[in-house]
Amino acid sequence: MKVPVSITVNGKQYDKMVEPRMLLVYFIREELALTGTHIGCDTSSCGSCTIHLDGKALKSCTMLAVQANGKSVTTIEGMANGEELHPLQEGFHMEHGLQCGFCTPGMIMCAADILKNNPTPTEEEIRHGLEGNFCRCTGYHNIVKSIQYAAKKMA
Amino acid sequence: MVPSKFAYHKPSTVKEAIALLATHGDDSKILSGGHSLVPVLKLRLNDPEHIIDVSGIDSMGGIRDNEKSITIGANSTHGEIANNAALKEHAPMVALAASMIGDIQVRNFGTIGGSIAHADPAADWPAVLLAADANVVLSHAGGQREVDIDQFFKGLFMTAMGEEEIITAIRIPKTAFNKNSTYVKFPQPASRFALVGCAAAISNSDGYITEARVAFSGVSATPFRDSNVEKSLKGSVLNEGSIATATASVADGVSIMSDHFAAEKYRKHMAGVYARKALSALA
Repeated sequence: MKVPVSITVNGKQYDKMVEPRMLLVYFIREELALTGTHIGCDTSSCGSCTIHLDGKALKSCTMLAVQANGKSVTTIEGMANGEELHPLQEGFHMEHGLQCGFCTPGMIMCAADILKNNPTPTEEEIRHGLEGNFCRCTGYHNIVKSIQYAAKKMA
Repeated sequence: MVPSKFAYHKPSTVKEAIALLATHGDDSKILSGGHSLVPVLKLRLNDPEHIIDVSGIDSMGGIRDNEKSITIGANSTHGEIANNAALKEHAPMVALAASMIGDIQVRNFGTIGGSIAHADPAADWPAVLLAADANVVLSHAGGQREVDIDQFFKGLFMTAMGEEEIITAIRIPKTAFNKNSTYVKFPQPASRFALVGCAAAISNSDGYITEARVAFSGVSATPFRDSNVEKSLKGSVLNEGSIATATASVADGVSIMSDHFAAEKYRKHMAGVYARKALSALA
């Protein structure tokens, strides 16, 4: 039986009927057609489905949409301010922080959580902070540089 | 991956949650952060007909610094525990272990109550709570009871919880050994679960060990304290020699897990290595 949920995504409130078993990532991708949030491993390991729930990074494949009822979600689509890229997006662009790009939305959403709690992280802190996000192109060095670029810009 | 169908309930009090458990019994599961349960549902290792979401129950949240203990609400996330000042001061291994669970995303939403109810023997909490002499507060229709952590973990994914009970809190006593404690882990590189997790807590008087508690996750299907190591340390001075003697036969007589990550002999060896690491950090 479907149940009503009211979830605010990127500032806009969505009232939908969903099956309780629907995962939040499918709500975002299929109900709202926001496909910037990716599904990689589907087992809470790879981090490509990372979004923010009430400001905290979350692997959206590991939560039911009903758990997010009444809460606020930010996805990669909500990071830019109009035409102006978020400093993290700009950093990934400037420092060549992506190759195939599949992990990038999750990397950026996780990095935003890292910088929120620690605006001036060391390289080691960035690398440790990204332990739940995998890049199968193994482009980690430039991902770290991209986040350092953003940290500097946001300082 | 999509879980099987279920009905979703979101009680706002412990009483309501227990009433739902009583009604649906075997066919129901408690959900808090969902970071153990949702993966289980997705893999269809379990297919409950009713999910009871306790995350909205206020009395199950928060960390309270009492006179003789610290009470961790079952809905507290690993991240909240890792950053709690009272735990950092009175039981550093608890905050340290919390900071080593999973990754940022998991620590933001996974809860201590959910983790210990799931009772994965390779999770970090069992070793730490055993070493800390914690109590688990269980609520049921008639009231609540406290279970000593030594009696809580009963085997692979098995606990002492009754079918109609809910974990509402975990109590960490403020003791000298908890104040001087640490946790080290040899993580499985992808999942971050412990191939070996060792928690050590030691109290001293005039330089001699008065109490030693050394516990392991990941080594056996039932997390355990190693009484041989503890007995050997008691009364001695914690130094390289006493640590070597005490850890010469870690996990002797214990049934050790063996899988494609780590065979029995290797795991036993690494249990000794990590016991030495933990104890050396306190020396």
